[in-house]
Amino acid sequence: MDQPLAPLESNPPDGAAEATVAAADAAVVREANRRSRRAFVLTGLTALAGLGGWRWLVSQPDEAGIPWTLRRILDANGRVAAAYFRETRLAPVFPPSRARALRVNAHYGLRDKAFDPATWRLRVQAYGTGQMHEFTLADLQALPRVEMITEFKCIEGWSTIVQWAGVRFSDFLTRYPLAVRAGVPEKLAPYVSLMTPDKAYYVGLDMHSALHPQTLLCYELNGVPLTADHGAPLRLVTPLKYGIKHIKRIGTIAFADTRPADFWAERGYDWDAGH
Amino acid sequence: MKKIVEKHPLAIRWFHWVNFPVLALMIWSGLLIYWSNDVYRLGWGDTTLLKFFPQAVYDAFSMDHKLAKGLSWHFALMWLFAVNGLLYVGYTLVSGEWRELLPGRHALTEAFQVVLHDLGLRKAPLPARKFNAAQQLAYTAVVLMGAGSLLTGLAIYKPTQFGWLTTALGGYEWARIEHFALTVGYVLFFLVHIAQVVKAGWNNFRAMVAGFELVDVPPPAPAAVRTEEPPTIIG
Repeated sequence: MDQPLAPLESNPPDGAAEATVAAADAAVVREANRRSRRAFVLTGLTALAGLGGWRWLVSQPDEAGIPWTLRRILDANGRVAAAYFRETRLAPVFPPSRARALRVNAHYGLRDKAFDPATWRLRVQAYGTGQMHEFTLADLQALPRVEMITEFKCIEGWSTIVQWAGVRFSDFLTRYPLAVRAGVPEKLAPYVSLMTPDKAYYVGLDMHSALHPQTLLCYELNGVPLTADHGAPLRLVTPLKYGIKHIKRIGTIAFADTRPADFWAERGYDWDAGH
Repeated sequence: MKKIVEKHPLAIRWFHWVNFPVLALMIWSGLLIYWSNDVYRLGWGDTTLLKFFPQAVYDAFSMDHKLAKGLSWHFALMWLFAVNGLLYVGYTLVSGEWRELLPGRHALTEAFQVVLHDLGLRKAPLPARKFNAAQQLAYTAVVLMGAGSLLTGLAIYKPTQFGWLTTALGGYEWARIEHFALTVGYVLFFLVHIAQVVKAGWNNFRAMVAGFELVDVPPPAPAAVRTEEPPTIIG
C-alpha cells in the first residue's frame, strides 16, 4: 500500500517533540552546571587550604637554619634510617685504578696560620671523667693500618673515588677505651664530637657510624700523607656520611649523651647526613 | 540530546590534582639541589648544545645557594609524592581502571595514527575508548617513570645502605644522571599534556575536576506502538 501511515497517536506532533528534547537538555545542562560549579568551588577551596598550609609552613620559625617542621621531618627520616642501618653493610670499594684527585672544597677550620702539624696532638676527652688525653700521629700509626678505596660524596652532588689510609676509629677506641664510663665498659657514649683546633669547624657523629669498620681516623690520601688543604695531619673519613662529616685537621674528640653541635646542621643541613 | 556521562572517579581526581603541586615542588626543590653541582649538558667533547641550566634560568627563579632548603623540602615531600603515587597505582588495580590505562597489543600503531590525527594529517576520528593508545602509552609510561624516580632517588639518597640498588643502576654518578633525565621527561610530558588538555577543550578538562562530561547522544527512537489499521490484504 502506498498510503502514508497515519500519525502515531501516542506521539505528540513534531514541534512538541523537539520542545520536549530541548526541555530535557536544559535540565541536564543545569544539572551539569550545578555539579561543575560545586566541583570547582570545592577544588578552589582545597587549593586555597593547601596554599595556606604552605604559607604557614614557610613562615614557621627556623630550627637550625630551616623551618622547625622541616627539621622534624629530617630528624624523623634520620630515625627511619637508623632503624634500617646495619654495621655489616659496607660501602662499595673500588680498584686503585679508579682513584682520582680529591677536590679541595673549603677551608673551614684550616685558617689558623699558626697551626704546626709537627707540634699537633690529638686531644681526646674521656667520657664521664672529662679528662683530656693526648696522642701523637705516631701513636695512631702504631695501631693497625687500614687502606680503603671508597667513593667520597659531597652533599653538593659530586663524587670522587679516593684511596684512604688510617686507623679504624673502632680500633682506636678498643686500644684506648675513652668512650665508656669507668665501671660500665659495655655502655658506649651514644655520640662523638670532633672539632678543629681553632674550634671553627665541628661535626657530630652517632656512635654506630663511628664504630663502623669503614670509619677511619685518616692520615693518608691517595698514597701520600695528608696535605694542609686536605686536613693534615688527621681527618675523619666515613663512606657512611656525606663529605660535610669528613672533618679535616681533627683537634679534639669528645663524647656526649645528646647530639653534639654540628657546623652544617646549624646552617640548615641534615644532622644525620647519612647514606 | 545531552547526557551526563561519568568519566573520572573521585579518587582518580584527587590523586591527579595532589600530584600536580607535589611533583612541581619536588622538581623545584630538586633544582635547588641540582644547582650545587650543575654539570649536566647535552653535547659531546667541547661542543655543548644545551647546558642544564643557563644562568638566566637560575636567576629567574632565584635558585642559587639554596642547597639546604632544597634538601629539606625534597626529603619531606618525597613521602607525599611516594604515598600519593602508590595509592594511585593501587587504586587503578583495585578499581579495574587499569584496563583503560594499559596499552594493548597494537598500541604503537594506533598511537602513531593518533599523532597524525593531532597534527591534522589524518581525518578519521579517534577510537571511542576512554583513552586512545597514545594516552595509554603516556599515562603508563609516566607511572613507570615515577617508580624510576623513586628508585633512582633512593639510590642517590642512601647509596651505602641501598648499595645494591645504586650498583644495579650503574653507580652513584649514573643514578644521579638517571634521576635528572627522568625529571626532564616529566617536564616534556607536562608540556605535551597541557597542550593536549587545551586542545581537548572545556568539557574534557571539566571532567578531571567534576568527574563527568556532557555528551550529545541521538534521541531515542519513538517507543509507542503504532495504532493504524492493519494493512489491507489484497488477495
